[in-house]
Amino acid sequence: MANAILTGLMLGGMYALTAMGLTLQYGVARIMNLSYGEFLIAAAFASHWLFTGWALSPFVGLAFVVPAAFVINLVIYKVLLTPLVRRAKTRDALEVDSILATFGLTFIVQGLMLSVFGGAYYSYSFLAYPVNFLGEIVAANRLAALSVAIVIGIVLYLALTKTRAGTAVRAVAVDPIAAQLVAIDVPRTSALTFALGGALVAAAGVLVSTFLTFNASSGVVYTMKALIIVVMGGVGNIMGCLIAGLLLGVSEALVSAFVDPGLTLAVNFALFLTVLLVKPAGLFGRATR
Amino acid sequence: MRTSLTRRTGLLASVCAATLFTTTLFTTTLGLIATAAAQSSIKIGYAISRTGPNTGGAAVTTIPNYELWVKEVNATGGIKLGDKRVPIEVVQYDDRSNAEEAVRALERLINQDKVDFILPPWGTGLNLAVGPTLNREGYPHIASTAVTDRAPELAKRWPNSFWLLGTSADAAKSLVELLTKLRDEKQIGDTVAMVSIADGFGIDLSAAGRKALMDAKFKLAYDKTYPIGSQDLAPLINEVKTLNPDVFIAFSYPPDTLAITEQARIAGLNPKVFYTGVGTAFPLYRQRFGKNIEGVMGIGGWSGDSPAIKDYLARHKASAANGAEPDRWASAVTYAGLQMLQQAIEKVGKVDRAAVIKELQTGTFDTVIGKVKLENNMPTRYWWVGQWQDGEFYGISPAGNDGARKAIVPKPAWVTQ
Repeated sequence: MANAILTGLMLGGMYALTAMGLTLQYGVARIMNLSYGEFLIAAAFASHWLFTGWALSPFVGLAFVVPAAFVINLVIYKVLLTPLVRRAKTRDALEVDSILATFGLTFIVQGLMLSVFGGAYYSYSFLAYPVNFLGEIVAANRLAALSVAIVIGIVLYLALTKTRAGTAVRAVAVDPIAAQLVAIDVPRTSALTFALGGALVAAAGVLVSTFLTFNASSGVVYTMKALIIVVMGGVGNIMGCLIAGLLLGVSEALVSAFVDPGLTLAVNFALFLTVLLVKPAGLFGRATR
Repeated sequence: MRTSLTRRTGLLASVCAATLFTTTLFTTTLGLIATAAAQSSIKIGYAISRTGPNTGGAAVTTIPNYELWVKEVNATGGIKLGDKRVPIEVVQYDDRSNAEEAVRALERLINQDKVDFILPPWGTGLNLAVGPTLNREGYPHIASTAVTDRAPELAKRWPNSFWLLGTSADAAKSLVELLTKLRDEKQIGDTVAMVSIADGFGIDLSAAGRKALMDAKFKLAYDKTYPIGSQDLAPLINEVKTLNPDVFIAFSYPPDTLAITEQARIAGLNPKVFYTGVGTAFPLYRQRFGKNIEGVMGIGGWSGDSPAIKDYLARHKASAANGAEPDRWASAVTYAGLQMLQQAIEKVGKVDRAAVIKELQTGTFDTVIGKVKLENNMPTRYWWVGQWQDGEFYGISPAGNDGARKAIVPKPAWVTQ
């Protein structure tokens, strides 16, 4: 039992980690980024390249990959998405436009990765040793990913709730028009939040690459999972994202250990549906007016 | 207002995401047409998965072999037609891992590009999908990456089709034969734990394996499936570990083959026989696990000591991007299929597809996997179980094959990396 819960927490931590960036991008910047998973895989490739080519530990790699992702995402927002933001009459129109634009971006990023790395599977070994954690044997790399997910989650949560800038970000998430009335620079806040989301997904990609096998086409799996977690946790809510991810992970592990591993996907979606039926805005989402 | 719009947005998002998996928004193709003189060439076409879920398999097993073969044949002047050699001209498309797209691409190759011969797509599903088209149009179909129990029946229905990789029933039977022999020699006990992926390959093999294990009176202590795309198989492996079986079998796909091995090592699951599915024979497996591969069994294998295989390995490494090595199962078979096609064309001496099919059915071919003579459009020998021994994935079962090695049992303990 303890073992199942622990593996569930690890898996859930990974889910939450891979979804936090999207909840910022979607919740605050209102960009439903369908190429999200591709950016995760791109970061995984970058980490693989730094590790095998330059013998750089993925933790050191984070120091290069994350800022680079921040800048790249900022540029993408400024160049590609700002025109959409400008012309969109409502936020909902922006969502539709951004889905189509980032859908196209998916092919571009995937094509670039295919041309550089080819279609083969990639995997490398880092921190792949057993450690004893609370009396159970777990993989060090997964434990590291869980810890980072929790740290990022808490830091972001505090930053969003306790600081002035964080309050501005939340204000934009709730109502971008009213936010302007209290002198918040909405376009700037949106752009920075989108880039921050991009930096987060890059961090997730680097960490995930230490224990999962990936290739240029595996991004869409992460987009789908992140989408479920973001919607389940409440769009734009970091804590919700963390809780929803952990919930999914633990329920998957419990079902796998005590019922049947074949039903993990089913329990995933059952949980998702239940949350949507009971709280349509997500676990931590506020009902819209 | 707000909710309804959001709902529509969500729908659009899911439609777009679904499109990523299936439909045909993009009709761009990777048309790579080699330059060659007009009449004096043989046009060979193929549609292969450059994108989508099949990419990982096609990029390791199929594409490097097609490229190697074309390069080598053209370096010698081409395929010999009568007393002159004509170079190969290649037309290729991306089937995007999609059955409809694969069929469409083949129809385009046949009707528009008017290719002389067609090379098969990667994987069981796509080979089954293009079978009817190739049969209707009378093209030889050398399926070298398809494992299906329907192969004998399909070979009858489509006499132009050749199934070089055999049936899953055979694969399971051969594995259980090996296990029975090991049990008779008192090297292992009779508890088996089996996990399989809930997808075509895993379903077929676990069904055949379950039956064969029961018939051989093994105790199946654990027998579970897991969904495709599972990102953590720790619960499964931990469960198996508590049962302490003699034999662990996973009918898995490459990403989970790696994940299962990794988790087994972490959890310290080290049964006497440790067998994993597709991907065990990949060079990536060795690169990923280093010394830990010693004694791991998996599907496939090859005669690693044969000079023809050694030579093939060297040529493959020299030709492929980044010096990539072939996998130790279907790669050599794929290359052998190409050699068979070339030899059949050369024996016929002209582009006469019906005659080439006839030749493939009856002829004997000299290939990297040895002499191949098909019976009922299928080879008579396959490698079904391989084992990593000293950094090479040798075939160990069926034991009667040339170059079969003796199994190392029990599997050595995992070493820490």
